[in-house]
Amino acid sequence: MVKAFGKFREWIDNRHEYAKALKERTGNKVVGYFCTYVPEEILYAANVFPVRILGSHEPPTVTEPYIFAMFCHLCRDCLAQGLKGRFDYLDGIVEGQSCLHLRQAFNAWRLHIPIDFAHYIYVPHGIQSPHAIPYLTQELAKFREALEDWTGKKMTNEDLDRGIRVMNRNRELMRRVYEYRKLDNPKITGLEAMEMVLSSQMADKEEHSNLLEKLLQELPSRQLNRDPGVRLMIIGSEDDDRVFMKNVEDIGATFVVDEHCTGSRYIWDDVGAHEDRLLAIASRYVQRVPCPSKDWPEFNRINHAVKLAQDYKVQGALVVQNKFCDPHGIEIPPLKEALKKVGVQTYPLEFDVTVPWGQFRTRVEAFLETLTGLEELF
Amino acid sequence: MAKVKEYSTEPLKVWNEGKQLRRKYYEDYLDAHERGGLRWAGGAWAFSSIPAGLGEDTYCITGEPHGATIAFFKDFTARCHEATEAAGFPRTLCAYMRNYWGSILLGKYLLADGTVVDKHPAPDFIWQDHICCSHAKWYQVARWLEERKGKKVPMYCVDVSVGYPADKPLEEYKINYIVQQLKDGIEWLEKTTGRTYNDRLLCEAVWNEIRATRLWAEICALNQAIPAPLDEKSMYSLYVMGTLMKHRPECVAFYERLKAEVEDRVKRGIAAVANERFRVITDTQPPWGFLKIFREMEKYGIVSLGSLYTYGLIGMWKYRSDGTWGPKELPQDKPRTRDEAVRMIVEWTVDRPEWAHFYVPEAKTKMILSIVKQWKVDAVLLHYNRGCEGLSVHIAENRHGLIDAGVPVFPFEGNMGDEREFDFPGTLARLTTFFESMGLKKLRE
Repeated sequence: MVKAFGKFREWIDNRHEYAKALKERTGNKVVGYFCTYVPEEILYAANVFPVRILGSHEPPTVTEPYIFAMFCHLCRDCLAQGLKGRFDYLDGIVEGQSCLHLRQAFNAWRLHIPIDFAHYIYVPHGIQSPHAIPYLTQELAKFREALEDWTGKKMTNEDLDRGIRVMNRNRELMRRVYEYRKLDNPKITGLEAMEMVLSSQMADKEEHSNLLEKLLQELPSRQLNRDPGVRLMIIGSEDDDRVFMKNVEDIGATFVVDEHCTGSRYIWDDVGAHEDRLLAIASRYVQRVPCPSKDWPEFNRINHAVKLAQDYKVQGALVVQNKFCDPHGIEIPPLKEALKKVGVQTYPLEFDVTVPWGQFRTRVEAFLETLTGLEELF
Repeated sequence: MAKVKEYSTEPLKVWNEGKQLRRKYYEDYLDAHERGGLRWAGGAWAFSSIPAGLGEDTYCITGEPHGATIAFFKDFTARCHEATEAAGFPRTLCAYMRNYWGSILLGKYLLADGTVVDKHPAPDFIWQDHICCSHAKWYQVARWLEERKGKKVPMYCVDVSVGYPADKPLEEYKINYIVQQLKDGIEWLEKTTGRTYNDRLLCEAVWNEIRATRLWAEICALNQAIPAPLDEKSMYSLYVMGTLMKHRPECVAFYERLKAEVEDRVKRGIAAVANERFRVITDTQPPWGFLKIFREMEKYGIVSLGSLYTYGLIGMWKYRSDGTWGPKELPQDKPRTRDEAVRMIVEWTVDRPEWAHFYVPEAKTKMILSIVKQWKVDAVLLHYNRGCEGLSVHIAENRHGLIDAGVPVFPFEGNMGDEREFDFPGTLARLTTFFESMGLKKLRE
């Protein structure tokens, strides 16, 4: 079993080798994207392989001349990968508007790293406006046209249907895996869940989905043979810090759910059926669980996080803010208050490119004690 | 030492009028309810001419200038930051926003002269726009803070994050996206306030805004003269009117008088800095608590002529067919209907120079280089501003562009609204070295 989890890890650890091999095998172009607001459906429809550009958690010193260091470590770490040539197999880059930080990584990449194709999709921020879906539909039409010009191939409705099917299937399978996290003794750890979703952003979706099918057959009989400890949730900015996840789960806790774009936020919503495929895709990206940068005037994401906490019987939540990530940082007090109202205590942690585990361990342990262990002390 | 030419100087005649206008602006907002008026809050870039259709007794407070005013009074700023951090907000967030929230949390309100009033006047509604990550979020949280104090504040925000027309006009669907939101917004304003919307007032406000923002650009263009009639430190007190009340007739009238006076100064050779011999521009907001740095520069005979920020935050500019950068041409006719007014203000606004760098760093570099050439600038001081990610985004790319074009650049790090993040002596020492490397020596102590 659950060899699947080993494979997920392998795909993450060898993401570049994997992408290069796929490119050579299929002859397809490979495009890097920075944010999950890029509609991969359209890339799959164009037979272009999308891979998410993420960092390596090494100090991104090479970015200093290109991005002012008060922007988040994610955008700097992403750019560092490009400047170091680790994504030298990319034929293009695409960004779907989310925050200023990743936009800066996109533009620096466009300006300083040779690339054939660079496209920015102006995904609306006013997603609570009734005008957002028709507007994004037009933006997606431009994106489709740009891809058609680049690849030299027209995209048909059948192509788009295929792209939608590929993405929906993958998300749906992962949501089914997430169901096993609701159990009193979850059948997967938070680290495994993170690696599952993260690898889906790096591997071919069909291959990933085939593996998920097998995993779903095996999961019902899986026993983790570990005390799940405190049921935690992790919420916040983009997070692919697997070391942190493992370390926390080694000290008496299990992450039973998350609210991250490398987790549930990526897989929670599907594209519905509509004669106008681009409108269907636009609807999904406007109505999906939002990044806080787009979530106004109402706090819909916070309401969603509260529901997740209840559905997954969460005892406590770690609220992660990537240093300098304003959209997430701004929401910390309202999020904290909303979770407190349903009995979920929170603890904020500021993440940087590397995490000082020595300090964090003490702080997380203290938080876990406040959730469960204080009675024993007295 | 070669003798440095001395120009005549004289104070601006409209200076006190500007001060009074600012003071009245903050007082009007505070006292609006006593006169049966309405109060709204939003950013300096909000489409302020739209709420003007609710009546002449509608008063606003714009967040960024208020955040800057707070920043100028360091003791009060420190209290605002402490209150915001105690409430659990990270200290890395936009400094203006933290100043603003801090005053809500403290229940205090700061007037333009630094007077602290012991109540924070909550707005009747929020009217905002969104291009920076923090714009809508700022007021979403302000509303949340007010609600915790028992006051429900309705909020409407217009998404303008559709890109920038750097080399071709924006597509019609992008313009329409903003227009439609504003039209919905008018209906929302009527419903929220219970007032009947007046399209005539809207048309007047739109025309005022267009005139005011062009007038400010015309005033800045006059600073191409040698000697420069205005220095940037003074301009901060003048451009601010456009950030507070760009839609109001008193703003237009003030800028008309100011323009006439600056034209007269140019004609008579009146300088802002008597011993002007070296011309610089800056970028982004200054560290407001340390404006004395401009006076230090004057000791070297250096005049700061402004910046893309002071010229283009509110001023409207456009490239002309001859390739020069100048004030944007006024539309041919005033708007007569709601439809005309809304479309006109959107088409006018999307060219805002300070929106370019959000999307196209090359467009901002090009504009700065135009200023360097047309204003005869010797060096550029780039403020890497930790307090504002919106105006610092892509600033490193602008530095590359300027250096590639052979322009001397002095980058320095600071924060417009949080004095804990600006090292005044250190910056001054580095700046001194930079000016000495340009061959300048201090002319006076």
